[in-house]
Amino acid sequence: MAWQADIGLEVHVQLRTRSKMFCGCPNAFGAEPNTQVCPVCLGYPGALPVANEEAIRLTVRAGLLLDSTINLASKFDRKNYFYPDQAKNYQISQYDQPLCSGGHLDFEVDGAPARVRLTRIHLEEDVAKNMHFEAASGIDFNRGGTPLMEIVTEPDLHTPEQALAFLQALKQVMQYGEISDCNLEQGNIRCDINCSVRRAGDSALGTKIEIKNMNTFRGVFRALQHEIPRQIRELEKGRPIVQETRRWDDDASRTESMRSKEDAHDYRYFPEPDLPPVRLDAAVVEGWRASLPELPAARRARFVTALGLPEYDAGVLVADKEVADFFEATLKAGAPAKAASNWIMTELMARMSATSEAISALRVTPAALASLIQMIESRVINGTTAKDVLGIVLAEGGDPKVLVQQRGLAQVSDAGAIEAFVAQVIAANEKSVRDYQAGKPAAFEFLVGQVMKLSRGKANPQLAREGLKKQLG
Amino acid sequence: MPDAASSGFDVAYVARLARLELADEERARLQGQLEQILAYVDELKNVDVSGLPPMAQAIEACNVLRADEVKPGLPHDDVMANAPEHRMGQFVVPRIIE
Repeated sequence: MAWQADIGLEVHVQLRTRSKMFCGCPNAFGAEPNTQVCPVCLGYPGALPVANEEAIRLTVRAGLLLDSTINLASKFDRKNYFYPDQAKNYQISQYDQPLCSGGHLDFEVDGAPARVRLTRIHLEEDVAKNMHFEAASGIDFNRGGTPLMEIVTEPDLHTPEQALAFLQALKQVMQYGEISDCNLEQGNIRCDINCSVRRAGDSALGTKIEIKNMNTFRGVFRALQHEIPRQIRELEKGRPIVQETRRWDDDASRTESMRSKEDAHDYRYFPEPDLPPVRLDAAVVEGWRASLPELPAARRARFVTALGLPEYDAGVLVADKEVADFFEATLKAGAPAKAASNWIMTELMARMSATSEAISALRVTPAALASLIQMIESRVINGTTAKDVLGIVLAEGGDPKVLVQQRGLAQVSDAGAIEAFVAQVIAANEKSVRDYQAGKPAAFEFLVGQVMKLSRGKANPQLAREGLKKQLG
Repeated sequence: MPDAASSGFDVAYVARLARLELADEERARLQGQLEQILAYVDELKNVDVSGLPPMAQAIEACNVLRADEVKPGLPHDDVMANAPEHRMGQFVVPRIIE
């Protein structure tokens, strides 16, 4: 019996604002517990919230980038529940008039195009963080009240691979739009999964299971890898799926029941009386639309068509906005596209993955990389020397041109000097010379290597080859 | 005596959502009182509102927003002054069971 899984995600994205959603406390990660709090975000009676206009702009911007309908009339609502992460016993959220409705995201899964429709995007306040002591729990309200955008998708995903690819594409859009830093370690993106299975051909969705509080994309992928077969196994054994919330235990590689839905999810929403509704000006929204950045898919296409990069290079560079920005800055500084792409994709990205540094943290600048590439193009240095110079710049910083000059690394293209190296190599390697003359091509490559070695890597390799051929007859 | 079945209102359910514990006698009394209040409010349904846009609030104000600027909050010691228990800068609450 064939089964199909239907997966929808509720993705929570922390917005890149300076201050919190409804008060002026800093929206910053990593401070000592309960040092970025005030009467509003601690839920003191009588304290009044005032909405952060930048958070509203960023949420609308996300909606514009994802082709949502922007609701010019919007409001906030109270979502009532009892949990220590929320001192007021309600969370300010948006219920029936979110800022954005509908929309979609196009992305690729293993090269095949896919589209996920969005239900809505709304704005709410994040809750406090709790940690567990042995016999009690501790609450830190620094995160409480920071602006949180929730993106709800339709159940258009069907495999763990699709879910992962969607999340990665969504993260790219958020970074390109400068809506969120999307730092997973800091919990900038978290999500809840809704997952059900049905027999292939059935028109109605199966009973859904919610898996809450996923902090990593890999966790989402693994949880689905286990949850989908679990539901299928249950159904095949004739045990119906009961709607419930489960938790992913990454160490044990399984989901486990958290709480049954019942009335725990009757949030008794009602309009937030402390916040007047939001009315967006259509002209202002159109102005925001006009200032949208180029999205990853468009940038990738441009790299291929306008710059002549292979699809593969374009995909790799665009995957990280900073890397793509670095690449374009290198071109502006005078480097040809393909050469810049090669150096970034090999040397710089190897360094980034070895040290887990962002490209902006490397000691090489786009201008330095461009000048290095120009020295290769104009044959001042060869590729091997260039790698050494880049190694020095990455380790110590500095200007490649100055380094080449100071350390005497410029390539030797002087015919006389190369002839002398060649003569010396021929005299010292009689056996290889005989092998070459007996028709062994490997011997020639060995002799070229010897010339390069003798010149300490500085000989122009092309001239070295020509010189050898000439002297060997 | 009216009950949940006839009116569609169940005081026991609402009490559970609000984490209120009611004695049997209280439950019966409040069920009746709240049903009377609901019936009173229900009279509003007789008002003809066709042609009026729905509204969430009685005031006309909208777009009361603040610029995205950081303002000083409360000193940590003041924050903790009334906490029954705190540890490592955090409010201590009974262990949260998920």
